[in-house]
Amino acid sequence: MTQVDTTPILDAEEEAHAKREKLIKLARWTLPSLVLFLTLASWQAYVTIAEVPHYVLPSPLLIAETLVKDWEILWPALIVTGRLTLIALILAVIGGVGLAVAFTQSKWIEMSLFPYAVVLQVTPVVAIAPLLQIYVDSAFVAALLCAWIVAFFPILSNTTIGLKSADHNLQDLFTIYGATGWQRLRYLTAPSALPFFLGGLKIAGGLALIGAVVAEFVIGRAGTGLGLASTLLEASYRFNFGRLYAALILISVMGVVVFALMSLISHLCLFRWHESALKRE
Amino acid sequence: MAIQRAPLGERDELLRMSHVEKTFRGDVVALKNMNLVVNQGDFISLLGPSGCGKSTALRLIAGLMRPTSGQINWQGGQGEGDLGVVFQEPTLMPWASVKHNVWLPYRMRGKSYSSVKDEVLHALKLVGLEKFQNAYPRELSGGMKMRVSIARAMVTKPRLILMDEPFAALDEITRHKLNNDLLALRERIGCTVIFVTHSVFESVFLSDRIVVMAARPGRVIRELDVTAPYPRDEAFRTSPEYAEHARLASDALHQAIEVAA
Repeated sequence: MTQVDTTPILDAEEEAHAKREKLIKLARWTLPSLVLFLTLASWQAYVTIAEVPHYVLPSPLLIAETLVKDWEILWPALIVTGRLTLIALILAVIGGVGLAVAFTQSKWIEMSLFPYAVVLQVTPVVAIAPLLQIYVDSAFVAALLCAWIVAFFPILSNTTIGLKSADHNLQDLFTIYGATGWQRLRYLTAPSALPFFLGGLKIAGGLALIGAVVAEFVIGRAGTGLGLASTLLEASYRFNFGRLYAALILISVMGVVVFALMSLISHLCLFRWHESALKRE
Repeated sequence: MAIQRAPLGERDELLRMSHVEKTFRGDVVALKNMNLVVNQGDFISLLGPSGCGKSTALRLIAGLMRPTSGQINWQGGQGEGDLGVVFQEPTLMPWASVKHNVWLPYRMRGKSYSSVKDEVLHALKLVGLEKFQNAYPRELSGGMKMRVSIARAMVTKPRLILMDEPFAALDEITRHKLNNDLLALRERIGCTVIFVTHSVFESVFLSDRIVVMAARPGRVIRELDVTAPYPRDEAFRTSPEYAEHARLASDALHQAIEVAA
């Protein structure tokens, strides 16, 4: 083969590559949509043909109908659960970051408290929740504590590692320039810890929602008001499976929204400088 | 606008190490009885095999470690911003732009960016990177990152700049370029430099004094003056004078390796 022959071959290859890229881009949206559509269609077909009663398995259409019809019940419930999740997450960030900073400032504090943070993390929250309900007067505070316990650990653990992972030469440089403890934290260890913290935040967002749902299940509507999880539970007692599924879907949607939000925050903080946010050419 | 430098024997003293020793874990002698006088305007290379204590000496001068015994004295005491450091890695903060990285030594002294903007931009201009002031480190090549690091080390016009094998990780072409630029920079700002290296050729090209060190225990075995005048350029690299100094330094280095073996 001569040199001249290779040029058109390479072009064809480039073209095929470009075509493939285009196809992949298209498929990223169309394929999952297709799967969703097929699943819903066969579900609907099965329920209709086999005449499954709605209190065993409601049809997708019924669920959609319930979503619209019960919106006046579901929307406030969504707000309640969302608020609980959000407050728990904010408190988890404050607690996790605060404790992580305390840990890295003092070895003594870390040695004294870290084992208990682990114990708190590994004990199933479902088992702690009823106790919280007994010892904490306000049911709302109990529910909040419940969600907080689940959410704070990934933030604590990730931020602690992040604060310790600052470049050693940069540490030396800060020493040479006579940096104060605050300057070191503000300009060196905190920015170094940021990607780790944001990784923890992504996990904590999902966990805060799980914690909120568990709290609603165990502690009930007394403290939190009627959230999505308590709505779901109540609907199951009443064999109102349309509403049950509608609440379930809303919980899932909320989880996805929380995750997307955390990912967005992470991207906004890191896209200018961090390796994880770089696009390779 | 070259800086006037006194000839080698007539410079004022800047820093003196007397009988400095450093021992680790009670019995590993990293540095034994080091005596060194650094004069204003000196470009001194610490040359030696690994483990000869040259980096330890640098860390002691930087104040990152205390000597086990002996003294390190600055003429007139060490003040804020008297010291600039360049490490083997560029050691930039990846989350900060180039200009904010260079601002760091001032920032630690509580100076706002706007109050030292001229100094920062001037330092960047001296290393040829003023166009990249808003870039982030990841957008720069290895050589450019090293230039930012050098700009940061000299932005406060320190009395002494310590360089710990700064060009060891670069390719030879970039390394030669940066060697030339470093000398040109020194002609302009007249800084005093202590430069750690294990390259004979780099030390001869850059320095007016070479301190040859041996390992186990780390110690100084020879001091050589490189009398060739500055400015030195590419022509110097191929001159007989350069070859002769390289031979002397190389002999001393081999001696250093032999006494340690």
